[in-house]
Amino acid sequence: MLAEVGLHHFLFVGLALFCAGMFCVLTRRNAIGVLMGVELILNAANVNYIAFSRYSAGGYDGQVFSIFVIMLAAAEAAIGLAIVLAIYRRFHSIDVSDMQQLHW
Amino acid sequence: MTAVHDAHTAHEAVVHGTHLLRWIPLLPLIGATINFLGGRRIQASFGRFGVAALATLMPLLSFVLVMASFFQLTGLPVEERTLVDYVAPWIHIGSLNADIALQFDPLTAVMTIVITGIGSLIHIYSYGYMDEEPAAWRFFALLNLFMFAMLTLVLGDNLLIMFVGWEGVGLCSWALIGFWFSEEANAKAGNKAFIVNRIGDFGFLLGLFLLFWTLDGHGQSTIVFRELATAAGALEGETLWGLSVATLVTLFFFVGATGKSAQIPLYVWLPDAMAGPTPVSALIHAATMVTAGVYMIARMNFLFTMAPITLEVVAYIGAATALFAATIGLAQNDIKKVLAYSTVSQLGYMFMAMGVGAYAAGVFHLMTHAFFKACLFLGSGSVIHAMHHEQDMRNMGGLRKYMPRTFWTFLIATIAIAGVPGTAGFFSKDEILWKAYLHHPALWAAGFAGAGMTAFYMFRLVFMTFFGECRADEHTREHLHESSGWMTWPLIILAAGSILSGYIGIPPALGGSNPFEHFLEPVLGGHGHGGVHGHHDLMLEYTYMAMSVGIATTGIFLAYLMYNRRLINPDWFSRAGGGALYKLIYNKYYIDEIYYGTFLNGTIGLARMLSWFDRTIVDGIVNGLASITLVVSYINGRIDHYVVDGLVNFIANFTGWFGGVMRRFQTGSINAYLYGIVVVVTAVLFASTW
Amino acid sequence: MEGMSLWPVVFYLLAAIAIVGAGGVAFSRNIIYSALSLMVSFLGVAGLYVMLNADFVAGVQVLIYVGGVLVLTLFAVMLTAQIQEVEVSNRSVGRIPALVIVAGTFAVLWGAFRAASWREAPMELADSSTYEVGNALLTTYILPFELASIVLLSVLVGAVVLSRKELSEERGAGGDA
Repeated sequence: MLAEVGLHHFLFVGLALFCAGMFCVLTRRNAIGVLMGVELILNAANVNYIAFSRYSAGGYDGQVFSIFVIMLAAAEAAIGLAIVLAIYRRFHSIDVSDMQQLHW
Repeated sequence: MTAVHDAHTAHEAVVHGTHLLRWIPLLPLIGATINFLGGRRIQASFGRFGVAALATLMPLLSFVLVMASFFQLTGLPVEERTLVDYVAPWIHIGSLNADIALQFDPLTAVMTIVITGIGSLIHIYSYGYMDEEPAAWRFFALLNLFMFAMLTLVLGDNLLIMFVGWEGVGLCSWALIGFWFSEEANAKAGNKAFIVNRIGDFGFLLGLFLLFWTLDGHGQSTIVFRELATAAGALEGETLWGLSVATLVTLFFFVGATGKSAQIPLYVWLPDAMAGPTPVSALIHAATMVTAGVYMIARMNFLFTMAPITLEVVAYIGAATALFAATIGLAQNDIKKVLAYSTVSQLGYMFMAMGVGAYAAGVFHLMTHAFFKACLFLGSGSVIHAMHHEQDMRNMGGLRKYMPRTFWTFLIATIAIAGVPGTAGFFSKDEILWKAYLHHPALWAAGFAGAGMTAFYMFRLVFMTFFGECRADEHTREHLHESSGWMTWPLIILAAGSILSGYIGIPPALGGSNPFEHFLEPVLGGHGHGGVHGHHDLMLEYTYMAMSVGIATTGIFLAYLMYNRRLINPDWFSRAGGGALYKLIYNKYYIDEIYYGTFLNGTIGLARMLSWFDRTIVDGIVNGLASITLVVSYINGRIDHYVVDGLVNFIANFTGWFGGVMRRFQTGSINAYLYGIVVVVTAVLFASTW
Repeated sequence: MEGMSLWPVVFYLLAAIAIVGAGGVAFSRNIIYSALSLMVSFLGVAGLYVMLNADFVAGVQVLIYVGGVLVLTLFAVMLTAQIQEVEVSNRSVGRIPALVIVAGTFAVLWGAFRAASWREAPMELADSSTYEVGNALLTTYILPFELASIVLLSVLVGAVVLSRKELSEERGAGGDA
């Protein structure tokens, strides 16, 4: 346990975050809850990026990528929440299982 | 005179070019066209006179042109007496070169003078004769068309143009014989004429083909008459099927002549052709069309001279026809039938002359015959017209009191045909008899007997028609009068011609120089076969001349006794031998019936057989194929319905069903979608580790 | 050095913060609680970033994720719920199948991570990365950088359009997000 922290430790963290996020996506009925899950997934990816950037050849490419990921996550959150707002106005509910209008 | 333009090589005769000849046949054609297209309207506006005047003007103008060409011809030296009018190129296929070109030489001159001169007179006569005819425009149009065809026939400078005219006169003859076609008998007569003519034409064509084919084999492929005269030498020695080619060619041509000129065996149409109007009989069946065969032999005399066998055939058939037809004419009661058989008989004389090589004599008789036969027909027309279309002589009689001009002209023409000295008929007929005798006495004997019968039956006709008691009924007798000037003046002119036209052919034996024969020498050659003329033969010639006169006089006297004085009863002859002989000749030897029984029924039987074959076998096959097609198409339809459509429908249904299944994925539930994504990604990840 | 032996402790601490926060997001019944747990998780991750020599990214993470995204999420929660209710529902359904899948994914990926032979560099302190990252952004990655600005512009416009108030709706002082 007190051994050197290796790459796989960080990967484990990322994996855990990823699975938690996926769990959120799959189970949550509140639309905003689903979006939080998506944020978790993106974070997990970022952790991986940074970890690999650190433990590999020593360049800073991974960090640059993670900056872009953060930026895109923010953008996606903005749009997603705007959509949730619009849906709330229309249906007065943000329960995912209520929005089945696009069924066959 | 136009300059010489001759593309032939130097050894050909000199010919003179002209542009005038084409109008000789073209003017009547123009007249025919106008009358065909607008004749009805012209007749409505200007009456029959308008139509007739237009139609008569054309042959008259042609006559003027003919005379002008004739005088042009006589102004030329004898070796150069040929005018050629090259109109247009026509057929140039392989080695066959036939252009539309007309030629005018002494023989043509004789023919065209007769055709246009007598033709014009008949046009004038027709105006008087057809005074009650509503379709006069059609009649005159056809007459003009006939003139065009006949002139093309004699003016053509090659065999093909001649054949065009040959066919054309046959067509016009059919149309004119059947002019009153609303009567079925008239239409049938027209058909008979045309069909029998066609049989002859087939012979003509075979001759033409054989001639060209043989000449072409020698590289001499020409059918222009001028060139044939020299090219025909290539036929020497050629044989086919055991006969010389020249003989075969000329025999085939002669078959055509028997059809067109009513010789045995194809004469049967001419008596029936009397169903047409009398001017038609005069023009076509006396003066012009029937002479086409004689003209043809004269035109190609060089070929016939190379084929002595054919000439024998021609002579004997001519003699036989002359005698045969004369015997039939003895017993006929229809005035036009008598004249018809007389025509057949006289044509026989012409062919007899051609057959013995006396080409000039034959053409001479052709010319004189045209005059008196046309006069006779027109005179009979005058009688028929006055008698309101009564044609049976037994109902006539004593007409000379009522129709003097008709009577006198008719009498003059009859004297001419009987061969009384001083008339044209005497000179021409006698020439033939003499030349026939020189060839073979049997020919002379037939002609001699025929001459006697001719005199007899013609005067029988005269006595029955013009003399004695008038046997017509009251009504007709009251309306009897001389015909109009339109009809009688042509009669007068023709009667004069019957006498005077002979004087250009007076033989040396009687002190004449026979300018006619000399005129025709460039075309027909010099004195043909006929044996040696020596002074010691002169007595013989006089003897035979006297015998001709004698037999003619006998015939006339006999007719006088039987039909004028009634001293001999005609019934005695008709009842001789149980009446069988009379019945035989009265019924024309039953030739028509024999033909009908053999050829016609044979053809009809063959047609029936083939019709059965077509209906049963051919149609059976066709219907069978149709049934098979129906079955196949039914099967195709079922296949299409079940298999093809089934397949298509199955695909459509399947797509629909599958879609129905697949759309259940679209639940609209976001949760489900997310599940889907995750599950698949997981699966992919899982699969990628393998 | 002795400081080096603290390294794993720090790591585990920060990792625990991040993972517990994530668990809070996943299993919390109240959405406000989920949001706050998310914030905690973000902070933990930021700490991990610092450990990994990505201090600039850590700063960005805190600024944007916590200061931007999370606040935005809280705003959205407040705008889309009857605020009178204390407990805003955040139910979750179908946990068992989800757990199965998640566990499966975890197993697969962890197996892959362990099986792969990673090249590793030793852990050591390094200089600040801001200079390097800034340089890279404006030289090597200039194109994505510009494109990112365009994306943000379009997001800005899109968000405004999407959340624009309908004319027919009557909302007091409700405005654009």
